[in-house]
Amino acid sequence: MVLKEKTGYTILDNRLNCLKDKTLIATVQKGGFSIMGLKAWYRHFLALKDITMDIPPRAITAIIGPSGCGKSTFIRCLNRMHEVAPGARVEGKVCLDGDDIYDKTADPVVIRRRVGMVFQRPNPFPAMSVFDNVAAGLKLTRLHSRRRELVEIVEQSLRQAALWDEVKDKLNQSGASLSGGQQQRLCIARALAVKPEVVLMDEPCSALDPTATTKIEDLMGGLAKEYTIVIVTHNMQQAARVSDKAAFFLMGEDRAGSLVEYGDTNQLFTNPKDRRTEDYITGRFG
Amino acid sequence: MEHYSYNRRRWVNRVMLGLCIGSAGLCIMVLVLILGYTLYQGISFVNLSFITQSAKPIGEAGGGMHNEIIGTLILVGLATAISLPVGLMTGIFLSEFGGPRLASAVRFTADVLTGMPSIVVGVFAYIILVRPMHAFSAISAGVALAIIMIPVIARTAEESLRLVPNSLREAALALGISRWRTVMSVVVPGALAGIITGVMLAMARVAGETAPLMFTALGNTFGYQGLGKPIGALPLQIWRYAMSPYKVWHQQAWAAAFLLVLMILTISIVVRWLTSRRRA
Repeated sequence: MVLKEKTGYTILDNRLNCLKDKTLIATVQKGGFSIMGLKAWYRHFLALKDITMDIPPRAITAIIGPSGCGKSTFIRCLNRMHEVAPGARVEGKVCLDGDDIYDKTADPVVIRRRVGMVFQRPNPFPAMSVFDNVAAGLKLTRLHSRRRELVEIVEQSLRQAALWDEVKDKLNQSGASLSGGQQQRLCIARALAVKPEVVLMDEPCSALDPTATTKIEDLMGGLAKEYTIVIVTHNMQQAARVSDKAAFFLMGEDRAGSLVEYGDTNQLFTNPKDRRTEDYITGRFG
Repeated sequence: MEHYSYNRRRWVNRVMLGLCIGSAGLCIMVLVLILGYTLYQGISFVNLSFITQSAKPIGEAGGGMHNEIIGTLILVGLATAISLPVGLMTGIFLSEFGGPRLASAVRFTADVLTGMPSIVVGVFAYIILVRPMHAFSAISAGVALAIIMIPVIARTAEESLRLVPNSLREAALALGISRWRTVMSVVVPGALAGIITGVMLAMARVAGETAPLMFTALGNTFGYQGLGKPIGALPLQIWRYAMSPYKVWHQQAWAAAFLLVLMILTISIVVRWLTSRRRA
């Protein structure tokens, strides 16, 4: 039933109904990316070239690499936020559950509802209360207007973001009044409230202290049961701690970022295949 | 040589500092003189009947500017009703949607329009509205004043919208909120104090405009007759009364000038209060 709700496609529903075997259903989970020949430009500057990789659903995929290697650009291509920058352009295919999100008929607004995002610096809406911040995605897209529904979803999202106990008595206070770590979890709750399939995290802990970082890492493990998570991080320990898969990006001679190595986190960190990955992980550069 | 150079530098320093202080003092003095003189000349003639009665023919005692006060309020209100949506939308276009080239062209146009002599704007409104309608009218005056207000509102709105951090736009867009909704629900509220400030400054500026009204509102001491009819306004009446040979009218002109300055001063103080609150 949950699957049926999430898909929204009748054809797929029918196919699912035919599948009696539950193990088979488990393989048709939503929220996986298949990326083919992705290139991204800022005006004439090629920032990312020929990325081809699959991102598995309901797992944490970490993107690591030195500064300027295109990590952030890469995940911004996954929810079409890259094109928001002036002069930005994308080529190649990014398929989410088999549909190319760069297809002419694909609406970026719809894509972004399916693929949520948490940014480097916590950015709650300062003019809104804690409650309205979480409800913003639903209210401003006119999807839910009934107060009772909203209350339920807001509480559920804040619980998922492990923030409910800390803010349940101050839902009407400004979102900006929370601490940095709380603000970042508020942003996670806000992203979860619109019920995405994927949550992209662009260095979500780089502006936070170690305690707040631990809290967010702890909560990511739980989220990965329901959402596909792609996290960009500078912190290799963090990538090793939280992720299931890891991708190492590097800037080439032409200053364009490319994918060097991609694999299970364990393998990538203990037994990297590429020399450059090994050098980076052992701290020889970057 | 060294001694001479030191002395010279010290004197240049003192003289320039003195000139700066003097200029600042002169600037304040002009304002104080204008305020003081209109206050001195005008306040003794401002009384309840001046505000509540309409103008009387020469020879009759009493009479006031009730109709002109209302007229000015109507004209400024009309101009704001026209220029606020256009100016705000232009500001939003400049800050949020305009491509670099088109936006800079629009920005330049707005800046040129800001410096346009108001009498030219008045003539323009006369040609496009008064002539075709065959009548001086409140609406043509509203349009003329709106033309003066639009670039001011557009530019101040743009500047305040630009101050809203980009991270908020991204946060909203990443939630799957459309660009227009993002602008209206996230960006504009963040810039509201600045936008209101710009609108009020524009209102203060046109409240005292006289030249455009001569070609459009014409003036009328009988009060509001409809949007398509001539209408009186404080600055028009000041001009008319000040040019007259009657002492009583001169006094009334002073009183009206005092009232007008008071109105504009009030707006400026409210703006000041709003902007200081924004910084806090």
